[in-house]
Amino acid sequence: MASILYVAHTEADGTLCKPALEALEAARQLKGSLGDATLTVGLIGHDVQAAADAIASCGADRFLAVAGSEFGVSRYGSDALAITELVKASEATVILAPATSRVTRVLPGVANRCDGCIDTQVTGMSVEDGQAQIQRWYYRQRMVATLTRDQSPWFLSIAAGVYDAWKGDTGTAQVEILAVELDGGATRTRVIGTKATDSDTQTIRPEADLLLVAGAGWTKKQADGQTHVPDAEQLLLEFLDSTQASLGSSKSLVDQDAEGQAVMGFLSHMNQVGQTGSTPRHPKGLATCCHGEEPHVVGWRFINQRRAINMDPNCSWAQGKADVLYVADAFEVMKKVNDLLSKG
Amino acid sequence: MSNGFHIVVCGSLVPDPLQTLQPVMGASGLPELKSEMMLPSVLDPWAGHALFEAAHLAAKTPESKVWLVSAGPKARLQQLMMTLAQKVPFELVALDGSASGFTDASSVAKSLSEAIEGIAGLDRSRMLLFGGCASASRDAGATMQIVGERLSIHDQFLAVDELDVENDGSLRILERIEGGQYLESVCEGPPAMLGWATGTLPEPKNNPQVGMMNMRTIMPALQRAQSVSVGAGDSTFASVEVPQQRRETRIVKDLPADEIARELVEWIRS
Repeated sequence: MASILYVAHTEADGTLCKPALEALEAARQLKGSLGDATLTVGLIGHDVQAAADAIASCGADRFLAVAGSEFGVSRYGSDALAITELVKASEATVILAPATSRVTRVLPGVANRCDGCIDTQVTGMSVEDGQAQIQRWYYRQRMVATLTRDQSPWFLSIAAGVYDAWKGDTGTAQVEILAVELDGGATRTRVIGTKATDSDTQTIRPEADLLLVAGAGWTKKQADGQTHVPDAEQLLLEFLDSTQASLGSSKSLVDQDAEGQAVMGFLSHMNQVGQTGSTPRHPKGLATCCHGEEPHVVGWRFINQRRAINMDPNCSWAQGKADVLYVADAFEVMKKVNDLLSKG
Repeated sequence: MSNGFHIVVCGSLVPDPLQTLQPVMGASGLPELKSEMMLPSVLDPWAGHALFEAAHLAAKTPESKVWLVSAGPKARLQQLMMTLAQKVPFELVALDGSASGFTDASSVAKSLSEAIEGIAGLDRSRMLLFGGCASASRDAGATMQIVGERLSIHDQFLAVDELDVENDGSLRILERIEGGQYLESVCEGPPAMLGWATGTLPEPKNNPQVGMMNMRTIMPALQRAQSVSVGAGDSTFASVEVPQQRRETRIVKDLPADEIARELVEWIRS
């Protein structure tokens, strides 16, 4: 019988983030598909009771936790000890966790400590002949594989945006708190806190409804033979301010900084989408002045509705990949868009 | 006692991103890329950033040294080194084995960690283990943490963009986290594992003098490259495919900017 352990960490305010609730839904569905499996919830955080109560009705057979101030921060040494203890206590054969930055850093090491195996950024699960199968992408989202493993325990991190977030009634969870001793080695690292990037503008925001992708065309010579980078910056910033969209950029635009070419001051590698950047998940995406072949276009592979503005009707960024391609001057269109958005 | 770092960078080759990749099922039942041995390859991008950051840190910290541990088919490693050697100074530790993305992170990590344990003159108390936060082939983001675990390094950082060495020898590190933010941590000092994102440095220009210096050690390293067995572990692949989704793109030409803007705003608000 499979023993499923769902692992999640609480946020600074004691809640579970959306990707954590999505991974919980994945764990519930896997339990349902396997039939005779058990589900244990394992939480890590400073104080986990509120988070456990929030998911008390999720159908878990057992709630375990490692709690305390040292576990309220994202640190490899303490997180690895905590999750290893949760795996041992639950005798789990399959471990599911959200692919947050904190989990992504620590889960492979824990898999090694537990003599297990790991697959990350899982985008789908199914059960064939009583055995769990997963889907994950290779070569930077260019091909997808379906695979299974015999080794146990099997650690899986679930990509954000794949499953619906679990919703249910709150209750009172009976949480068994596990004692974990931290030796000096686990606390050699001191977490200072979070810090905004030097950029004044938001980069990839997982909660945003819209991704705006800015391409290198914004910095190229326009019809008058001149570049208009300050105007482009203003148009994009106004749009972001109105829509609270995520801001992505093609690699070519980000790379111009290193090459000494004109570049928008608020863009950095943090904005880069594509094969060597991120592949965010948003309901909608608007690509502006983007050109590129398949390796770059994977940056918006996981955007549901896609529109693009480009002067080239044959642009490979949009042809066959966008729902709508507006063949138009992005400067002119975005100015009008901003005017309309400002009128409410 | 020396204060320099012994920086070990793990990084290998991946197919040139501009190449078309087609998966096929190999004779052994494991997936591979069609004509894989013929594909032009480049240094894995994030591992490249790790190497450049390592060289930069070594250059400003006396008595430091950089090793590059690289697993891949020997002939293709040699081709890669022809260009890479001119970038920054390093000593190569070559492993002759598969560089396929379908190999298992644990299997690769075992080979890499054993190679690192065998590096003569490596002081593991001064060691910084560098690599990319994920490879552009396996794309798991798991290998470096497992290498670190196998080498008993329990201070690990992923998606690092910045490393500063403080006056007291501690390491101040910025890791990318959700929402375009950084997590700032201070580690007492080496040993530590840092899986780099893009870092802050541009790709160095080619320097023929560095190339000549590197090649004196690279060729012998390639000649004595140990053969390693890197596999897919216990994975059983049911299928591997390139998604063939193609959207019916509606091309809108000759529509005034006002109309396009109105349509876009309606869509954004819907």
